[in-house]
Amino acid sequence: MPALTRKEVEEIALLARLHLGEDELARMETELGAILEHFSSIAAVSTEGVAPMTHAVPIECPLRSDDVVTWTDAEQGLAGAPKREGDLIVVPAVIGGGE
Amino acid sequence: MTELAELLELWEPVIGLEVHVQLATRSKAFSPAGVVFGAPPNSLVDPTVLGLPGSLPVFNQAALALALKLGVATGSQIRAKSRFARKHYFYPDQPKNYQISQYDEPLCENGHLDVIIGGAVKRIKLTRIHLEEDAGKLTHVGAMSHVDLNRSGVPLVEVVSAPELTSSEEAAEFMRSLHRLVRWLEISEADMEKGQLRCDANVSVRLRGEDRLGTRTELKNINSFRFVQNAIDHEIARQLRLIDGGGRVERETRLWDADAGQSAPMRSKEEANDYRYFPDPDLPVLVVDGPTMGGILRAQPELPAARFQRYQEDIGLSADDARTMIGERALAEYFDATCKAHGMLKSGRTIANWILTELLGALNKAGKGIAESPMPPERLAALVRLVEDGTISGKIGKEVFEEAFAKGEEPGAIVERRGVQQISDEATLAAVVEEVVAASPKQTAEYQGGKDSLFGYFVGQVMKKTQGRANPVITTDLLKKRLGR
Amino acid sequence: MSASGMERWSIAEITRRIAAGEVTAAQITEDALARIEKIDGELDAFLAVDAAGARSAAAGVDLLRTAGVALGPLAGVPIALKDMIVTKGVATTAGSKILEGWIPPYDATVVDRLKAAGAVILGKVNCDEFGMGSSTERSAYKPTKNPWDATRVPGGSSGGSSAAVAAALCTASLGTDTGGSIRQPAAFCGVVGIKPTYGRVSRWGIVAFASSLDQVGPLARSVADAAAVLQVIAGHDAHDSTSLVKDVPDFAAAITGDVKGLRVGLPKEYFAGELDAEVRASLDATIAALKDGGAELVEVSLPHTELALPAYYIVAPAEASSNLARYDGIRYGTRAEASDLLELYMKTRGAGFGPEVKRRIMLGTYALRSGYYDAYYKKAQQIRALIKRDFDEAFAKTDVLLTPTTPTPAFEFGAKSNPLEMYLGDIFTLACNLAGLPGMSVPCGFTAGGLPIGAQLLGKPLDEAVLFRTGAVIESAAALGDRRPALGGAA
Repeated sequence: MPALTRKEVEEIALLARLHLGEDELARMETELGAILEHFSSIAAVSTEGVAPMTHAVPIECPLRSDDVVTWTDAEQGLAGAPKREGDLIVVPAVIGGGE
Repeated sequence: MTELAELLELWEPVIGLEVHVQLATRSKAFSPAGVVFGAPPNSLVDPTVLGLPGSLPVFNQAALALALKLGVATGSQIRAKSRFARKHYFYPDQPKNYQISQYDEPLCENGHLDVIIGGAVKRIKLTRIHLEEDAGKLTHVGAMSHVDLNRSGVPLVEVVSAPELTSSEEAAEFMRSLHRLVRWLEISEADMEKGQLRCDANVSVRLRGEDRLGTRTELKNINSFRFVQNAIDHEIARQLRLIDGGGRVERETRLWDADAGQSAPMRSKEEANDYRYFPDPDLPVLVVDGPTMGGILRAQPELPAARFQRYQEDIGLSADDARTMIGERALAEYFDATCKAHGMLKSGRTIANWILTELLGALNKAGKGIAESPMPPERLAALVRLVEDGTISGKIGKEVFEEAFAKGEEPGAIVERRGVQQISDEATLAAVVEEVVAASPKQTAEYQGGKDSLFGYFVGQVMKKTQGRANPVITTDLLKKRLGR
Repeated sequence: MSASGMERWSIAEITRRIAAGEVTAAQITEDALARIEKIDGELDAFLAVDAAGARSAAAGVDLLRTAGVALGPLAGVPIALKDMIVTKGVATTAGSKILEGWIPPYDATVVDRLKAAGAVILGKVNCDEFGMGSSTERSAYKPTKNPWDATRVPGGSSGGSSAAVAAALCTASLGTDTGGSIRQPAAFCGVVGIKPTYGRVSRWGIVAFASSLDQVGPLARSVADAAAVLQVIAGHDAHDSTSLVKDVPDFAAAITGDVKGLRVGLPKEYFAGELDAEVRASLDATIAALKDGGAELVEVSLPHTELALPAYYIVAPAEASSNLARYDGIRYGTRAEASDLLELYMKTRGAGFGPEVKRRIMLGTYALRSGYYDAYYKKAQQIRALIKRDFDEAFAKTDVLLTPTTPTPAFEFGAKSNPLEMYLGDIFTLACNLAGLPGMSVPCGFTAGGLPIGAQLLGKPLDEAVLFRTGAVIESAAALGDRRPALGGAA
């Protein structure tokens, strides 16, 4: 498996929306590199034909009946937002992006 | 610069659509918060919708049932086991910063949509139909954006067509056909103004005869039938002019601005998208069993495209009339019920005329939909029969229709009460004709002297004397004989 | 205060005495609150004490008793909750700065069930940030000390839960366990800790770390107490799509005091390598005791054991990177000042998360990137299937597996500054989560230096009962009940 480059660390940090200082970036580079190196053993394990185990216990997705439950604590639910205007949550402007 | 039309002789547009359809559920996809259009901001929320720590998704059975209906109606392969996946990107309208969607194991694959183009049906391949949750709404106010999460978590299906559409008209017809189908099956209200049907288009051009696809651009935010056509036309023209000018089409996402009538590339992001899909560990595999599928198959009505063809081929409607008739499921069903009540196969066109002119006109005037028609199909059938068998004239028929529509009465009863049965008895009519001729010596002389236009006068007189009940065919016959021309 | 020793009463004793009117829930609660007040300064187990909530719950129990209404199975029992468990009206931080000040508007299902059973919830206890750690040193607020030796860690991530129980600041606590976070601190603090079968206890209202691995479970001073708490919190919950629709057996009835004929498997991979000599000796004594009790000991092999560590440290960070995406300072928690959205995300998360959380988010993001998914996440999930297969084969010839819970007893603060070294300490507990099995750590001895040692029991899916049955026998054979940590100036 490839060693981690500084550029990759920066790309991943951006993808994960994590601001990392210079020292953090440097530390990540070595630490993650070492961890990935340690984990490189898995590449050699033969897993051909083995179905990935996505859930610890094999169950089917349960289905909820289409009934509305009005949450009586919606106000409290919004109360934690750091910045609000009335019932709306406020963020710095975004144009484009997203989906 | 080369004319666009010339370029189009050389180049072929290729269009694929990705259409988001809001499923008509009462509650959200993964939690019991309500789905209501126009509710106060952030009122339709709960811990799951807000993405609070510790909240979890539980899938809505109705959303699955509606998506399956669409899957079955489009002849898709339905996966017995499909899977929800998380699609990651940071955006304030998305509380978890991932969207629950489906990725490599979608609910439906390899279906088709029968698109009505002109008088024919063109079958467009659907690559997939998958389930996902909607995002909230952002409103931009100066340097700030306001987040309303009412729409967040609303169940959607994304319908992805193969790149098989070759013009903006076809794309618009695809949208119309899909719109009609989901309304037909009550899968969605599909109100585009409410964002219940939204479209992104992938547009590219290639030299005619070429198999490979050209570089495509993705057009976002084209949310009306008209915009679909305008935006795609605009994009085709933009690409062709670009190529014609020696440029190259860049793979990019462009946002359609309907007001400006043009598209612009979306602000380039700081990174390439990497959605980091993986199976959602909070949601086990979604299983569709045989009985569920059987139930949906059995309940499936005749679909609009099939009716469109049947109306033309079996009943002889024109393509235009057939298309109008399938505009709404209730209308088509009204038509079929009327035909059935009438019982005479050959009268289909006549019945269609009555519906498309008299009934729709009256409903329109009354501000009512077909489902609220005060004139049930049986009554309309009876009325058509009364006209056809000569009991009343067509003109009287229209009056009877109006009365039946207004008062909710049986046409037969109206005819009885008003005594407006058509007079087809020759002897009776001959007597009336004799009377009219005798009372109009001047007109008779002039007519016989060559003034053809006076014939209408005689017909009118006969009608007047019979309160419009004279059979016009017989009357005309008798008059011609009597007047000798 | 504490003259009566009520802080060490079992659940059975508390509920019996309250029902009999010998003591009130209020008295027990006041005793516990006073003890927290007096002793927690030495331990730093609590992040938030909800005295008002506790008193009101106790008053409710006493009122019901006076009115002659039947009391719940945990009536008046003082319980502490790991801060990963969402509590309505009581701050929940998951040990992170990014959630500082957040007052949840809802209760986790386990909290609902505890309340309905009459439990008195004393407050929230410390943990490694978002459950990521094995020492509570990764808590953004403070490290919790091991009650047996304040220079050592209580284990983690549920270190507050294990320390509070060991120090008798509460009768029982709830922890969460993603890769050993209940069992390892239970072992380090000399208490019983159970990670139930995945899906046995609802995750609704549990701050998610790695969704396919997380489970809530009790920590208590006895197997019987742990059984009583699990009895209340276990069972299907429609709010959690991964919750199992399975009846919960009577766990108390499973505690028969006898292991005659029980096939106890000893996975050889867990006894090889660098196992602390005292831990090994203690396990040997436990094995001998089980044999004396009539159990049949069977050596088994779990050949993919060494792959559990890489598989876990790919799956868990991958899921964590996704689960923690929601902490962005928009709807709750802390928000950094920023002029645009990207900056808001970067700064809020950069400042709000601690180094271990960042490391795991980075690791997980790396593993899920397109082009890397198959080599990492998918591969790890396949290895998980191999690990599960190993267990299936082992359980074909055994009823329960016995292993050490940890390779060593509690270590000193700062001893494991290298993250990989810290991860390696989890090698015995990870496979249980990967396979979704129930696991328990039960105290089985002490080192010469007075540090507790834990034995781990692993059962078949849904067979928590066998853990209680076996654990109770180990517990009584070890006979450690009289050992108490020296706290509050008392010996």
